[in-house]
Amino acid sequence: MRHIISILMENEAGALSRVAGLFSARGYNIESLTVAPTEDASLSRLTLVTRGSEDIIEQITKQLNKLIDVVKLLDLTEGPHIERELMLIKVKAESANQREEIKRLADIFRGNVIDVTESCYTIELTGDAQKLDAFIGTFKPGEILETVRSGITGIARGPKSLHL
Amino acid sequence: MELTGADILVRFLQDEGVDYLFGYPGGAVLHIYDALYKQEQVKHILVRHEQAATHAADAYARSTGKPGVVLVTSGPGATNAVTGIATAYMDSIPMVVITGQVPTSLIGNDAFQEVDSVGITRPCVKHNFLVKDVKDLAITMKKAFYIASTGRPGPVVVDIPKDVTADRAHYVYPKTLSMRSYNPVLKGHSGQIKKAVGMMLGAKRPLFYTGGGVVQGDAAKALTTLAHRLGFPVTNTSMGLGGFPATDKQCVGMLGMHGTYEANMSVSHCDLLIAIGARFDDRVTGKIEKFAPSARIIHVDIDPASISKNVKVDVPVVGDVNAVLKAMLAELDLAERKPDGEALARWWQQIEEWRAKDCLKYDMTTDRIKPQYVIDTLYKITKGDAFITSDVGQHQMWAAQFYKFDKPRRWINSGGLGTMGFGLPAAMGVQFAHPKAQVACITGEGSIQMNIQELSTCLQYNLPLKIICLNNGYLGMVRQWQEFFYEERYSSSYMESLPDFVKLAEAYGHVGMQITKPGDVEGALKEAFKMKDRLVFMDFLTDPKENVYPMVPAGAGLDEMILI
Ligand SMILES: Cc1ncc(C[n+]2csc(CCOP(=O)(O)OP(=O)(O)O)c2C)c(N)n1
Repeated sequence: MRHIISILMENEAGALSRVAGLFSARGYNIESLTVAPTEDASLSRLTLVTRGSEDIIEQITKQLNKLIDVVKLLDLTEGPHIERELMLIKVKAESANQREEIKRLADIFRGNVIDVTESCYTIELTGDAQKLDAFIGTFKPGEILETVRSGITGIARGPKSLHL
Repeated sequence: MELTGADILVRFLQDEGVDYLFGYPGGAVLHIYDALYKQEQVKHILVRHEQAATHAADAYARSTGKPGVVLVTSGPGATNAVTGIATAYMDSIPMVVITGQVPTSLIGNDAFQEVDSVGITRPCVKHNFLVKDVKDLAITMKKAFYIASTGRPGPVVVDIPKDVTADRAHYVYPKTLSMRSYNPVLKGHSGQIKKAVGMMLGAKRPLFYTGGGVVQGDAAKALTTLAHRLGFPVTNTSMGLGGFPATDKQCVGMLGMHGTYEANMSVSHCDLLIAIGARFDDRVTGKIEKFAPSARIIHVDIDPASISKNVKVDVPVVGDVNAVLKAMLAELDLAERKPDGEALARWWQQIEEWRAKDCLKYDMTTDRIKPQYVIDTLYKITKGDAFITSDVGQHQMWAAQFYKFDKPRRWINSGGLGTMGFGLPAAMGVQFAHPKAQVACITGEGSIQMNIQELSTCLQYNLPLKIICLNNGYLGMVRQWQEFFYEERYSSSYMESLPDFVKLAEAYGHVGMQITKPGDVEGALKEAFKMKDRLVFMDFLTDPKENVYPMVPAGAGLDEMILI
């Protein structure tokens, strides 16, 4: 099963490599990992997407909790939650027709065209992973020049929150 | 007044109550060595190889419960220490390792003797730190000691760049510490404890399975009381030896790959397994599906991650082992029910039948020295009261099987990592901690050569160790596996061109003895232990083809033992 684990960590040098090192040393898989400081600059928030049986996920959360720099963690997939990912995608936009079509698609997906040149558009899109995949799927091979995705971030629905 | 980082470090060690520091100097730590020179309280022990410093500090910790402390230089000093750090990590031993580092301005430049010590040690430490500012030095050291010695203990590395040891800051000893991200659970959950005690009282074929957590957690007394109150059999892991008296009739000996027949059969047939401070290691469980197949399992451990890692348990209790055992005793006082005496009597009858197999018997009629006999005799002569360190191999298993440890912290061996070369430096660490005690190192001719240079350290500090080398001319444990599982193809397990250990010991300024006949074993041991102020290296030429029995082949169930 796919799990999204949110981690509140001391914002110390090397904290990220402790998490990454744990996963490689124990052979767990990481689908994506995002990190950034929180409103409290002494804390970082990590969002980690992983897959595994219930036993493995239990070990993963226990081993993460054992890391000295980990303050708290929450498996978002245990309850209702929202997940989002940001994608920037650069596509060929040469003919007037093409440009029209891309703009229309971006609107349908609630994306924004954020950079325009004579030959290409760059679109910004957020959503869950499926939505971004679906958007990519609307292009023909060769039309996409570049994609970059942030990896999943997420938050629990309702008043439940991961904080000190 | 402002002090240099080096002075702060030494002052901190004094204030923390550190008496011994095991180390080896080098460029990056020269300021620290200079600060050490100007005082006497923290005694620096100069080893001959950094690996030995870590093993000595580790064994100091194992035998006292206080964290061991190490100081090494950057680069090769730090990498040499890694084996010892990993050894301590695998056995959850509290240790603080201070590594020198190149100056902060050079970090990342591939400077002379630079390695990423924090990166290299990360997977084998409980935690590590790089100190970038002298103002953080004292508090970081405090954190290191706190983390190393609380919760599930383990080694902590503090990497200190050279400029930080020269910079100045104000020093106050940080008496207290609070860390929002690290709060080990101490008390066990009372509901779980109640449930566990209820299960114990209902059990018909119960068994205590206890590990290093009982020894390191100072819970031997509580365990012994509880086991006596309930009348249940107790089996120990290698790490747990001494956690329950080996001469007690409720003790069924060690379990696992080279465990006793009665211990392994008890595990295979029990209906309740009470695991205490043990971690279901593969050398203990054998084939996991066949481990304690008919038992419900209670698991008491300080580390939540140990629980249900290898074997699914029914009642987990996370907490300090000693506190939990005491709470169980209190719960037992309140219980109206008594253990099921009739069922227990039947269980014991079965266990006695297994015990009657006498699985540790060995042939006493040959004219070759049997290694088991040497340990038996050592046990007799030291009245079971010595500190025994060991290396890794057959001799380690014989030591564990034949020296009956009645007290905790007496059996010092590398259980988890199985580090050859551990025994001699470990014996040094123990002797420093217990200057009056009898300390013997049981080793093989292979293992002893991995840190033989420490004989020189032993002379410098007059350590009257007794080295019991069971010299079978083979890397015996490797040879045994090759005999059993590789059709006797003895690939690189024969130790050709061994040194003359007697002359070698003498060259290092010690007493050397070679013993070749069974009849001379007792006399030689007696003579050696009479030499109270000399290190004696005893080279016992033992039966080269002797094997360790019983043996559970890797991947087999515990009830599938090869017996003699
Ligand atoms: C550092 C290290 N290298 C290799 C091994 C693998 N190993 C385990 S036991 C053993 C043989 C040990 O031989 P010896 O010290 O002579 O003891 P014996 O088994 O003969 O009693 C070896 C090579 C190890 N445990 N540690």
